[in-house]
Amino acid sequence: MSLIRKTAAELGALIASGEVSAVEVAQAHLDRIAEVDPQINAFLHVAADSALAQARAVDERRAAGEPLGPLAGVPIAHKDVFTTKDMPTTAGSKILEGYRPPYDATVTARLREAGLVILGKTNLDEFAMGSSTENSAYGPTRNPWDLSRIPGGSSGGSSAAVAAYQAPLSTGTDTGGSIRQPAAVTGIVGMKPTYGGSSRYGLIAFASSLDTPGPFARNVLDAALLHEAFSGHDSMDSTSIHEPVPPVVEAARRADVAGLRVGVVKEFGGEGYQPGVLARFREAVDLLESLGAKVVEVSCPSFGYALPAYYLIAPSECSSNLARFDGMRYGLRVGDDGTRSAEEVMALTRAAGFGPEVKRRIMLGTYALSSGYYDAYYGSAQKVRTLIARDFEAAFHQVDVLVSPTTPTTAFPIGERADDPMAMYLADLCTIPANLSGNAAISVPCGLADEDGLPVGLQIMAPVLGDDRCYRVGAAVEKALEDRWGGPLLKEAPSL
Amino acid sequence: MTTTQSVMPYDEALERFEPVLGLETHVELGTESKMFCGCSTAFGAPPNTHVCPVCLALPGALPVANDKAIESTIRIGLALNCTIAEWCRFARKNYFYPDMPKNYQISQYDEPLCSNGYLDVEVNGETVRIEIERVHLEEDTGKSTHVGGATGRIHGADYSIVDYNRAGIPLVEIVTKPIPGTDRLAPEVARAYVTELREVMRTLGVSDVRMEEGSLRCDVNVSLMPRGSAEWGTRTETKNVNSLRSVERAVRGEIERQAAILADGGKIVQETRHFHEDTGATTSGRSKEEAQDYRYFPEPDLLPIAPSPEWIAELRGELPELPGARRKRLQAEWGVSELDMAAMHNAGAIDLVEATVEAGVPAADARKWWMGELARRANESGRALAELPITPGQIARVVELVSSGALNDKLARQVLEGVLAGEGSPDEVVEARGLRIVNDEGELSSIIDQVLSANADAADKVRAGKIAAAGALVGGVMKASRGKADAARARELILEKLGVSE
Repeated sequence: MSLIRKTAAELGALIASGEVSAVEVAQAHLDRIAEVDPQINAFLHVAADSALAQARAVDERRAAGEPLGPLAGVPIAHKDVFTTKDMPTTAGSKILEGYRPPYDATVTARLREAGLVILGKTNLDEFAMGSSTENSAYGPTRNPWDLSRIPGGSSGGSSAAVAAYQAPLSTGTDTGGSIRQPAAVTGIVGMKPTYGGSSRYGLIAFASSLDTPGPFARNVLDAALLHEAFSGHDSMDSTSIHEPVPPVVEAARRADVAGLRVGVVKEFGGEGYQPGVLARFREAVDLLESLGAKVVEVSCPSFGYALPAYYLIAPSECSSNLARFDGMRYGLRVGDDGTRSAEEVMALTRAAGFGPEVKRRIMLGTYALSSGYYDAYYGSAQKVRTLIARDFEAAFHQVDVLVSPTTPTTAFPIGERADDPMAMYLADLCTIPANLSGNAAISVPCGLADEDGLPVGLQIMAPVLGDDRCYRVGAAVEKALEDRWGGPLLKEAPSL
Repeated sequence: MTTTQSVMPYDEALERFEPVLGLETHVELGTESKMFCGCSTAFGAPPNTHVCPVCLALPGALPVANDKAIESTIRIGLALNCTIAEWCRFARKNYFYPDMPKNYQISQYDEPLCSNGYLDVEVNGETVRIEIERVHLEEDTGKSTHVGGATGRIHGADYSIVDYNRAGIPLVEIVTKPIPGTDRLAPEVARAYVTELREVMRTLGVSDVRMEEGSLRCDVNVSLMPRGSAEWGTRTETKNVNSLRSVERAVRGEIERQAAILADGGKIVQETRHFHEDTGATTSGRSKEEAQDYRYFPEPDLLPIAPSPEWIAELRGELPELPGARRKRLQAEWGVSELDMAAMHNAGAIDLVEATVEAGVPAADARKWWMGELARRANESGRALAELPITPGQIARVVELVSSGALNDKLARQVLEGVLAGEGSPDEVVEARGLRIVNDEGELSSIIDQVLSANADAADKVRAGKIAAAGALVGGVMKASRGKADAARARELILEKLGVSE
């Protein structure tokens, strides 16, 4: 089997044992990128030289007899919203075109410490705002299952890169579903850790109270290994949790659900959901029951308000977070011809540098925070947030995990929702509640929709710091389904 | 400034109107590192050398709150008799300005760390209680310099440069409640408040409070209402008031300016005004209509501040003696009046007198020397008392020489003059100038004999019982001895020689 088809765990073992070199593994993936990325457009920047250098360093460490971690030498694609001091960091925006940060994000630094080989930076919706990667200033990324369709977003470059075998692992960030939704529509695994479980330092902020770095992989165990590699407390992020990383790898290996109580969220399903998505979801629930889980229906009445609350909180925070992009210190600067004031240069720079969706959200948030409207909008949204957290709390008194479809539909065609923001926002309907409450949630593949033959994701939500439960249930579902399918779902994807 | 504005003379303004004051003071804390990053807060470094991704607001950087700054703010709140919040948050104040890297300032909005306190200040020997609305913690901005143009202000400048060294230095904002009832003393009250606040900060050791370096800055709010009115007038906020004298001038100037407008039937515009140190005038800044909507919201990058009651109690217990309490204690110990104490306070003499007393000098003597001879000399040379090149220990030595009879007051003044002139220690000056008192009885006796024979008339009067005439004879002895005689002993000997007794 070619190196690019192997799992991260397998590659790590092969490299550690010396059966293959990290350089060979890196080269195989760089070759794959050169071969398919012109069609996919997953990468904004490919760092071939530094990737090979990192791989060589791992090989040298092995040769010197140093112990290697489980992911040392394994290639990874890194979402271009994390700062990297040796590569450009654009957040998918023209306003940061060519920007080279002087420091590494904590996640970046931990990838390097774990010996992961960073192949390059992946495409995303500008500043992680979107559900399709169509909002990137550098062109859309395409879904490897169907090049005319979106790979999800905002971490669409990262999902597509893993689904197209350009990398076994990638990083993402999840603010309203930006890891789980792309994972679902590309048939891979994507995990949003508990908020504060992974560091935001060096993650270019969209919505500070929601942004959560997390892993993508083609299977649950690989995702858990990556999760463990970059998570944990960081003194540079005040919202980082002072707790050990939950035992995610152990849970992924355990992969059993016997006796576990599983709650099906009553509010997610019905109108607006694609029949094929609901069919695969119900089969997954039945499967869990057949594996020994106790399945009950759970009502979370406030979840219906999650989407509008999210579209007040996230834009409010983004309107402030993105204020720093003003052309004064870094990035694009427009109109500085010696005749204009600093305010005018700032305004021209922002007008030219931000795309339409970013501007829409900045305006929305500016309005929601303005004097006289704050209580009605931002204030009410925060109350909804509290209610959602209470719904989760009540639910987790009854059950160990909650499940739902990850997305209401499979991957939609590029351009279909580009002019209809509301339709686009609905893609995150099921994923947003876990962001508002800070819970852990994962998406694992649960089959293909009958109508279009495209992947469907199962979302598993766990309490705060219950990340291991997501992996345990996800791995059990994965194992049972792969037994049924005779291999991973991705085997069904058309070859590129 | 070319703007001319009509003013009403202060006395007339106060006959017609009553002022209401308000003061907002910003104090840069003297922490080692900035509020939200590890950069140094040292003043005067080359531009943009004390910066990092956090205080430059590079993409992805996050703030981490400086615990020491939070502690200092709580100590300030306790010193100002405030309630300390059990739980409060930072908030973002959003506005665009090139010297603010994030284009929002991390500050506090409706949940200040400290609230509802007071500070007692003394004006002309009377205590005035200034109510404190709130004390909160925020970060400073960078510093813009506008190059070219006539005014040094942004309008008309060719270009501007920004130094971010100051960006992110912890800043405590202390806001008073409105201060009515100060009447004619409004300027003095404002100055006394800022002076007292500065001393509290110094005593706490939380800031170097150097107004000239901007580590203590003051915004002055003033409104006027017609005498007898119950309704306060529209206020203006004068910014950039950066010396104690300017605080006083700004209040006075604004009273005079507003009175002229109101007397003319005009209306005061609610606005910020800029104070100009050179002229003492203020010019119009931003009006309320142009005021920004700061879109405050809780800072999501930082955790709430939740100081435990135990910690607050510990900090309260460790507070040093505060300036007001110390003055009361010293006043009682020294047995001086409120007015004398106020005079010492205003002259900056309290520390010096206290140190002199500690060196063994009776309080009355210590006060006499510092507030008399030395205050006069400081005044003459335009220096502060503490800047005189003489130490409390040297004063103590001089006083010791006087009480042992080796010097009299006149000689002692000469010794001080010598010390101030850099001639050495008191003993060295006595030696070099030959200032020891004449207490050789033989020498004194012969001087007296000369004086008596030269002033036979006066001597006769004394003999005849007009003892008061002896004063002139003593004066003659002092003159003949060039001040070195012991006047009391000379008087005794004169009376003895003339055969009279008192």
